[in-house]
Amino acid sequence: MGGIYAVMSIGLALIFGVMRVVNFAQGDFMMLGMYLTYYLAVAYRLDPLLGALVVVPPFFVLGVLVHRALLVRVTGGGDPQRQMDAQLILTLGLSLIITNATTMVLSPMPRQIRTGYATEAFGLGPLLVNQARAYAFVMAVLLAVVVFVFLTRTDLGKALRAAADEPEAAGYQGIDVRAMHGLAFGIGVALVAAAGGLLATYHPIEPTVGVNFIVLMFVAVVLGGLGSIPGAFVGGLVIGLVQAVTLLVLPLQLQNAGVFIAFLAVLYLRPQGLFGRRLRTV
Amino acid sequence: MAGGPRGRAAGLLPIALVLGAGLLLTFTLQERYHHRILTLVLVWATMGLSWNIISGYAGQTSFGHQAFFGIGAYVTVLLILHAGLTPWIGMLVSAAVAVVAAALIGFPTFRLSGIYFALATLAYPLILRIAMDFLGYQEVAIPMAREQPALYMQFRDPRANDLLCLGVFGATLLLSRAIERARLGYWLRALRENEAAAEAMGVDTFRCKMAAYMLSAAPAAIAGAVYAHVVLYVVTPDSVFGTLAIVQTLVVCLVGGIGSLWGPVIGAALMLPVSEMLDTWVGDRFPGIQGVMYGAALVAIILVAPEGLYWRLRGLRRGARPAAPPVAVVAGPGPAPAVSRAPDGGGEPLLEARGVSKAFIGLQALDDVSFAVRAGEILGIIGPNGAGKTTLFNVLNGFLPPDRGEVRYRGERISELRPSAVCRRGIGRTFQVVRSFPRLTVLENAMVGGFVRDAEPAAAGARALAALERTGLAARAGALPGSLTTLELRLMELARCLATDPRLVLLDEPLAGLSAEGVEAMIAHIRRLPAAGVTVVIIEHTMHALVRLADRLLVLDHGRRVADGLPAEVTQRPEVIEAYLGTRWLRRAEHHRP
Repeated sequence: MGGIYAVMSIGLALIFGVMRVVNFAQGDFMMLGMYLTYYLAVAYRLDPLLGALVVVPPFFVLGVLVHRALLVRVTGGGDPQRQMDAQLILTLGLSLIITNATTMVLSPMPRQIRTGYATEAFGLGPLLVNQARAYAFVMAVLLAVVVFVFLTRTDLGKALRAAADEPEAAGYQGIDVRAMHGLAFGIGVALVAAAGGLLATYHPIEPTVGVNFIVLMFVAVVLGGLGSIPGAFVGGLVIGLVQAVTLLVLPLQLQNAGVFIAFLAVLYLRPQGLFGRRLRTV
Repeated sequence: MAGGPRGRAAGLLPIALVLGAGLLLTFTLQERYHHRILTLVLVWATMGLSWNIISGYAGQTSFGHQAFFGIGAYVTVLLILHAGLTPWIGMLVSAAVAVVAAALIGFPTFRLSGIYFALATLAYPLILRIAMDFLGYQEVAIPMAREQPALYMQFRDPRANDLLCLGVFGATLLLSRAIERARLGYWLRALRENEAAAEAMGVDTFRCKMAAYMLSAAPAAIAGAVYAHVVLYVVTPDSVFGTLAIVQTLVVCLVGGIGSLWGPVIGAALMLPVSEMLDTWVGDRFPGIQGVMYGAALVAIILVAPEGLYWRLRGLRRGARPAAPPVAVVAGPGPAPAVSRAPDGGGEPLLEARGVSKAFIGLQALDDVSFAVRAGEILGIIGPNGAGKTTLFNVLNGFLPPDRGEVRYRGERISELRPSAVCRRGIGRTFQVVRSFPRLTVLENAMVGGFVRDAEPAAAGARALAALERTGLAARAGALPGSLTTLELRLMELARCLATDPRLVLLDEPLAGLSAEGVEAMIAHIRRLPAAGVTVVIIEHTMHALVRLADRLLVLDHGRRVADGLPAEVTQRPEVIEAYLGTRWLRRAEHHRP
């Protein structure tokens, strides 16, 4: 579970890191990724582990289009705080539309992909590890590695990071910052859709599934430091762990309470860098 | 406007009209369905007004405001169930619980700002929701009270429900209006516009946010309690802590326009009937239609009119009116200040820095800086870019705590105080880049400063106007900062600072960006300050202007005090020339010396 949280959160962190946009609709793109994987599995008998890779290109395009059509209009210029509020609200609106339109079109009924390995387990010494979760975890880590290599080793990845750190200077260097934002948004959406595909190997699929996960993604990203990609990866893993540990000591309903409390604890105890920065620019 | 001729009753007429319209509808509507819509409009307008207090006036966007709504519903209903308490009292208890909850939530959460605050607020209703599930309150039905329905808020007649909601709505409108017109309202808007400037002008931003948050929790709780009784009948965590509750609040406020009394009212009156009708007409066939509509409304309003309908409509009306002609600012002698203070007693310095050091990561911005400011003087601080001048000001007025050393003002150690507390003790400041409150008029900008000495808007307004007269800006009192020239902006900031009635002002490059005439005008204003009992510390890096203005100069370089003394003397010192112009010029200067 932690691995998938990590990939989802990387997507969100990438979008925030590059564009300074907190994307409320990220959970809904994940949900759509789950549905696409599901239909690929039903119609073409495509294994969801592969399906998760197949959804990457179309969702990349979708992300770029959403950026072009909507987000560009509220980015650039003006008071950064107000701009950020505008983006939050825009993506919140988008999220509502996607969730509810999906409910309307595909019905709120939960669906499940049946795979041979969903109910099988590996014996690891005394531990039993669910096969679906194990495969999904391995795939998630692979995806994370690919993204990391892309960002650190390729020219495009470097340009992306330049646009994130110093948009103005990057612009002078001939980097098209707006295109980089689109690229980041596309990759972020594609990643979360792939995470959704992986999740679909063992998690029921329903229109509102995104809402449960978006908050976990926020938590992971904040845990790791907003905008930091390795941070988001670690944050995702930590959430998976916290959930598992809470499950051991507390009843099932309180599973996520542990996560939120950890989230608040991090916000209070480590607001350094988040706080105070404003004052230094006086 | 406070201090204006309209007085206390201003703004009450539209409130009376809206409530009158509500009454009229209450008694003319026939169908139960229409009454239900009216009730919903009133409940969500109340909820919107409540959100507007913290997120509109104070600008602290909260995505967790339904926490208080849910507290209101649950506390009231559980009190009926377990204690048999009538909801009339129960809802007041729930409001008190919500206020306490707001204090508990706000205290840690307001350490975060902007987006981090918004994200943190997401967690609270989720936690409450999980807690309710866990405690076994997944579905709490309000017990039927057949004997005394009125005592238990269970009215047969829908008109009674309408009246109840109208009452709550009216009270919230009056609360909002009171906040808007009080000192707190001005302070909230100031901190929303520019938190640092507000803090420097004596606004304790933390306490103001806490006050606004607690004030906004109470109506939200009452709205929740009423909603449970007139709409829900069965309270579930999802119905009161869920996403829909906050989404309806946001939609109502954003569509109507945030930061105004009428925005949420317009938004609710518009959006809820549409949403209800959609739900009735096609809700069975398309179960998500309400959500799609709300989502589309949010996207549309952000793209088309991000300021909301109320402000858009007002803007259209304003645009039709001709703008006031700009008034030339003349640096003539303004009227004498209201109070001229006796100079501070003898030898003790007014402000003293002792061994102040401040380092940022890898950079020693201030290194063991000591100096004293004497009452009635104009002390110039000069130094090249990056010498630590602004950092010094930030330490002096409390924005930054010094790593070592201390700042004393009239014998009191002030290095640990908040900037607002420093300001209240009589130290004003301006900023290198003017920090105005853009959506407040020039007069209101100055009033924010005036409130430090007078809690009454009328008195603060008079004080602000006097400060504007002193700087020759009185004619621009009604203008917005966006329409001011650079000089006028700098003068406005000076007036705002003088309205706090300071003994000492810290002016951070007040001449930057001014034309030659502008510089002369500004210098003339600054020169007059000591005679009015205001001591001046001024940062400049154009030596030329400062030599004429300052009684004494302090030279900083690389965070260290290089020299101080009379201007004519200091500018001759080799170390100053070196710091300013480099060693080559130093050699040349020595060459020319007789």
